[in-house]
Amino acid sequence: MLKYLFAKNEDIPSGSAAVFFGFSAILWFVVGTGLGSFNAAKLAFPDFVTGNEFFAFGHMRQVHVLAVILGWISMAFAMAMMYITPILGNTRLWSEKLGLWNCLLWNIGLSLGLTLLWGGIGSGREYSDFIWPIDLYVALFVALPLAINVWMTILKRRVQGIYTTNWFFGAGVFMVIIVYLTGNLPEFFHLTGLSEAYLTWWFAHNVLGLWITPVAAAIAYFTIPKVTGNPLYSHRIGHLHFWSVVVFYSTPAAHHLMSAPLPEWLKSFASVEGVLILVPAIAFVSNILLTMQGKWYMFVESLEVRFTITGVLLAIPLNMQGGFQQTRAINWYIHGTGWIVAHAHLALLGFSTFLEGAAVYLGLQSLMKRKLYSLTLGNMHFWLLLIGFSTYWISMTIAGLIQGAGKIYEVPYIDVVIAEHPYMIARWLGGTLVFISNLIWLYNMWMTAREGTVIPAGRMPHELAYER
Amino acid sequence: MNFREYKIGSRMFGFCLGGSMCITLFLPSFDFRSATSTEVALDKQLSAGWETGWSVYDPLMLGANKPLKVLVKKDPKTGTDLATPMYAYVYQKGVPMPNAADHPGNLGKSVEDLSMAKGQLGKFDKSTGAVYLIKKEGDTPYVENATATMGWMPEDVVSKAADADIQHVGAGKTMFVREGCWWCHTLLPEETQDWQVFGAPPYLGDFNGESPTAFGSDRKAPDLLHVGSRNSSREWMTLHFFNPRLVQPHSIMPRFDYLWGDVDASGQKINFDQWRADYNDYRAGKRVNPPDVPAYAKNSEIRALIDFMLSLK
Repeated sequence: MLKYLFAKNEDIPSGSAAVFFGFSAILWFVVGTGLGSFNAAKLAFPDFVTGNEFFAFGHMRQVHVLAVILGWISMAFAMAMMYITPILGNTRLWSEKLGLWNCLLWNIGLSLGLTLLWGGIGSGREYSDFIWPIDLYVALFVALPLAINVWMTILKRRVQGIYTTNWFFGAGVFMVIIVYLTGNLPEFFHLTGLSEAYLTWWFAHNVLGLWITPVAAAIAYFTIPKVTGNPLYSHRIGHLHFWSVVVFYSTPAAHHLMSAPLPEWLKSFASVEGVLILVPAIAFVSNILLTMQGKWYMFVESLEVRFTITGVLLAIPLNMQGGFQQTRAINWYIHGTGWIVAHAHLALLGFSTFLEGAAVYLGLQSLMKRKLYSLTLGNMHFWLLLIGFSTYWISMTIAGLIQGAGKIYEVPYIDVVIAEHPYMIARWLGGTLVFISNLIWLYNMWMTAREGTVIPAGRMPHELAYER
Repeated sequence: MNFREYKIGSRMFGFCLGGSMCITLFLPSFDFRSATSTEVALDKQLSAGWETGWSVYDPLMLGANKPLKVLVKKDPKTGTDLATPMYAYVYQKGVPMPNAADHPGNLGKSVEDLSMAKGQLGKFDKSTGAVYLIKKEGDTPYVENATATMGWMPEDVVSKAADADIQHVGAGKTMFVREGCWWCHTLLPEETQDWQVFGAPPYLGDFNGESPTAFGSDRKAPDLLHVGSRNSSREWMTLHFFNPRLVQPHSIMPRFDYLWGDVDASGQKINFDQWRADYNDYRAGKRVNPPDVPAYAKNSEIRALIDFMLSLK
């Protein structure tokens, strides 16, 4: 890949940037989930590796979170955009060279930010933990080049309309820049107090709601019609999904601070808007599931469809939780407990990861023109990921309910810690399964690049039979 | 490019996103601006200083360039005993001024007016540093610039105070942020159910000038906003930070022994390997008592962190 950095754009093979992004994403996923497994071990066994600040839980916790969000999820998004946007416009990526530089700068910036954070050097604001020079770097040298590439590819397309997926891609890259620049205002201009606290959660909410959720959904709008051959069930419902994301998902930031002294009108407004997130959620899930009509056998037979539909099905509990857990009636019980940790993993490791996994499987096979090396390893990846995630989610949900009960009955906190111990072990085991599944995935994709059967010109990967 | 849909779509998009940002950012800013500092907020921001996350004044987050909270028993200028001891917030030369000094408007109208008029808050001189006090008129607290009103110089306050009366709260909060204490311990008792165990939830004006607020969101351990009121034992804190299992066998808190640095209070090198070996023997039942926890050095990071803990009243 590096040899193309200074090549002429026309000389760079189509898809190079997407492949670079795809493998970077898988590598970051391995790193991120490895850190997650290590952190979980420390919560179950606090004396596991002690005496060194670089292996202290407080130093490693957020490195796991940001490695997964900005490394795995966002880089998989970039891979999907560089693969899907040109296809939907019947054209090439606007600039492969910009894409390659984007990926290189992304890896450098993320490595630097995470190294500093590992040393404890951060802003002290959850999710926008990076120091403001790194935040600025992310907005200008990570998100902006990606946005330019996506927008220019859409503008230079050779078809008339713009398909649903590309609305979300084009809007998502715009919104993530706005969110990064606005959400970090407290660091750029040293805003303090409640403004700082509120904007921290404004950022955290919107980076999920205006970047991760819509872009992940956009991937499913491409994968399912493309692999099944069915047209999207309804573009009208797609419109409803898109506009309700912009209107409803961008407003409930205050529901993350329901028990903080924010203005009451703001909390009530956020709570109502939070329930309305069910509108885009139901639109999305029903649209994709109805697109599957007559092709449900592919849920079993096709790895890409299985990953996508699993992600879409996980969006149902995700949004049922998300819509209602933020209302005052429920939030007082579960706020700040493991329930929320489970919910966050349902969003990022359940819903979103499965959708991106499908895009990376499909994209890497298509762009490298190589059939997946082994279906067996692919199946192992799927099942270990799903079982590991489910173990994590169920055990953390139970732990959260225990914490909630301990909170309202005001038992001594140490009794809650003791009661949670078995679930902390289960969480660690689940997280370790996820980590192992990703090692298998990395090996499988590496072998696909080296030894996968060559796909003939004009054929899609899912049209060839699996060989192993 | 000529389709009308582009124009309609992008205008609708701008209207929707702009509208939502107006409601969620612009409108709440009026509420936040109208929040008037409480005494708690003044104490928090004056003792923590300008910033306790990353800043150019403390790029490696070592707790550098932070103010000191000093219990003053004698007038630093005249040397006479004060009628009642009081806390002074000492900003030595080079330490960035607190938010209240640079942006008094953030204090809220009534507190700002009193601080400027009676407290002479505007008359600070960065080249000499400043000493601040918290005073009250009626129910309204305000900041007094003691360097301007009484001629208290920062170096006099520090040199005339005993070491036990000096609290490194700002440096300690930097440790709190850097070490990730807030990934498990929240600083936000909830309004609905935390009163009995963790104390009163904060008020609207309790945060003015504080950065970062570090509420925390994932409570795996007790809330710490009022921990200094529940437990004011420096000895307990020392044991608990060195190895939490010494005082709470079921704790899952990490050991923070590395914050002791290389040497103990008497300047002796701390032998951590020996300590861990002895502790393992104790856990295995080969020793009756656990090994002694070394006394921390005066300028160690753990001292600052415990100072911060005990300041959370």
